[in-house]
Amino acid sequence: MPEVPRLSVRDIRKSFGAHEVLRGISLEARDGDVISVLGASGSGKSTFLRCINLLEVADSGEVWVDGEQIRMVQKGGRNRPASQKQVDHIRAELGMVFQSFNLWSHMTILQNVIEGPVHVLKRPRAECVEEAHALLKKVGIGDKANAYPAHLSGGQQQRAAIARALAMKPKLMLFDEPTSALDPELVGEVLRVMRALAEEGTTMLVVTHEMGFARNVSNRVAFMREGLVDSMGSPQEMFGAGASPAFRQFIGHFQA
Amino acid sequence: MDIEFLSSTMVTLLKALPVTLALFALSVSIGCVLALVIVWMRVGGNRYLAGFAKGYIFVFRGSPLLIQMFLVFYGLAQFDFIRNGPLWPLLREPFVCAVLSLALCTAGYSAEIFRGGIRSVPPREIEAARAIGMSGFLLVRRIIAPIALRFALPAYSTEVVLMMKSTSLASLVTVWEVTGVAQRLISHTYRTMEVFLCAAIIYLVLNFIVLQAMALLEHFLSRHLRAAPPAAKA
Repeated sequence: MPEVPRLSVRDIRKSFGAHEVLRGISLEARDGDVISVLGASGSGKSTFLRCINLLEVADSGEVWVDGEQIRMVQKGGRNRPASQKQVDHIRAELGMVFQSFNLWSHMTILQNVIEGPVHVLKRPRAECVEEAHALLKKVGIGDKANAYPAHLSGGQQQRAAIARALAMKPKLMLFDEPTSALDPELVGEVLRVMRALAEEGTTMLVVTHEMGFARNVSNRVAFMREGLVDSMGSPQEMFGAGASPAFRQFIGHFQA
Repeated sequence: MDIEFLSSTMVTLLKALPVTLALFALSVSIGCVLALVIVWMRVGGNRYLAGFAKGYIFVFRGSPLLIQMFLVFYGLAQFDFIRNGPLWPLLREPFVCAVLSLALCTAGYSAEIFRGGIRSVPPREIEAARAIGMSGFLLVRRIIAPIALRFALPAYSTEVVLMMKSTSLASLVTVWEVTGVAQRLISHTYRTMEVFLCAAIIYLVLNFIVLQAMALLEHFLSRHLRAAPPAAKA
């Protein structure tokens, strides 16, 4: 029996008004894949990621998570999810880390981490609290459990947000430019956590500008340009001699 | 200064305090529940419900409370179906009419205050909740409502204080609350200054207590905005 991909995205298209942001994106992530999605601003990377968990609804195309297709219907001339219940259940299986952390400001870090497991997955609180402490320790902020987000640095907040996503025991982690809003000196601590996750075999889809991460941590790199996947391959292929001219030009900007 | 008269006046007025407090407590709590229903209609996404809520808010904010109260008290009795209806034993009571009109009016104002609170909730935090699989009532209960309440509280506490003062209008539909009793006392004694002074003091003390309670609640809901204790700082 062929292995079911953790994530399979087929021919996603999305327009905002007259502007076609995604022009047919397909991508597959297998168990343990760490895929870096690179591309210039405006190439549609973030929109693509947000279409996977339906924070944006694609105009057409399919999303499959662990062999389950998100059912869509045409309603009022627009593509919409057929069942909010299914969307909720798929989202619970996908961990999302945002560029600006998006922690719930009125809750402590611990409350942020246990919120999903307790209220969405309806698991016993004591168990979730125990796991949350372990997760916070793992991302290096074990002593911040009772602090509020506003009391933490950006890097600490982002690590808390990663712990919050992990607490749902997701099948796949989506990272939307997780280090772009951070001061340069705080980027390293977040990347170290992400690297550790990758080494544990977490399946990850990472939209990023961190070339080092794409090259050294991910096992596949996708380069997006003008709403399409321009090229995709292993880091060796992508950063080697056979790279596409457009990608070579793109990474050229980073070596200035 | 006639201390003896002042203190006997105070005692008489304080006997009416339970009526004032009952008017206040009932109308604020019924009004609050009603406001939640209206704000849900207003922002729920259904065009017709939103239109109804807009109309409701406009009518009850746009017309004087006293006239609303007169309409309920004198107006309802003109309709046969109300006079013969099952609720008539309740609706013919001045106290019930006063509570009803106070609650209907504050619901309009409070709905707008709550809507302002909801609009202030950072969209990012709502998005994060959606991303872990929250939607519908769970999302409202766990994320939107607590944050919105914090933003709405300062304006809402003003509304609650206004309600305490508005209960005095009930005297005009023959409810014997503090202001009504004060007026009756004046008609017997002609000592306007002292009697109304005593009444004003009662309202001031009541509102002082209300504002203190609101400030305490606001303090409690703002824990996350205060500076971290030195030990917890990075």
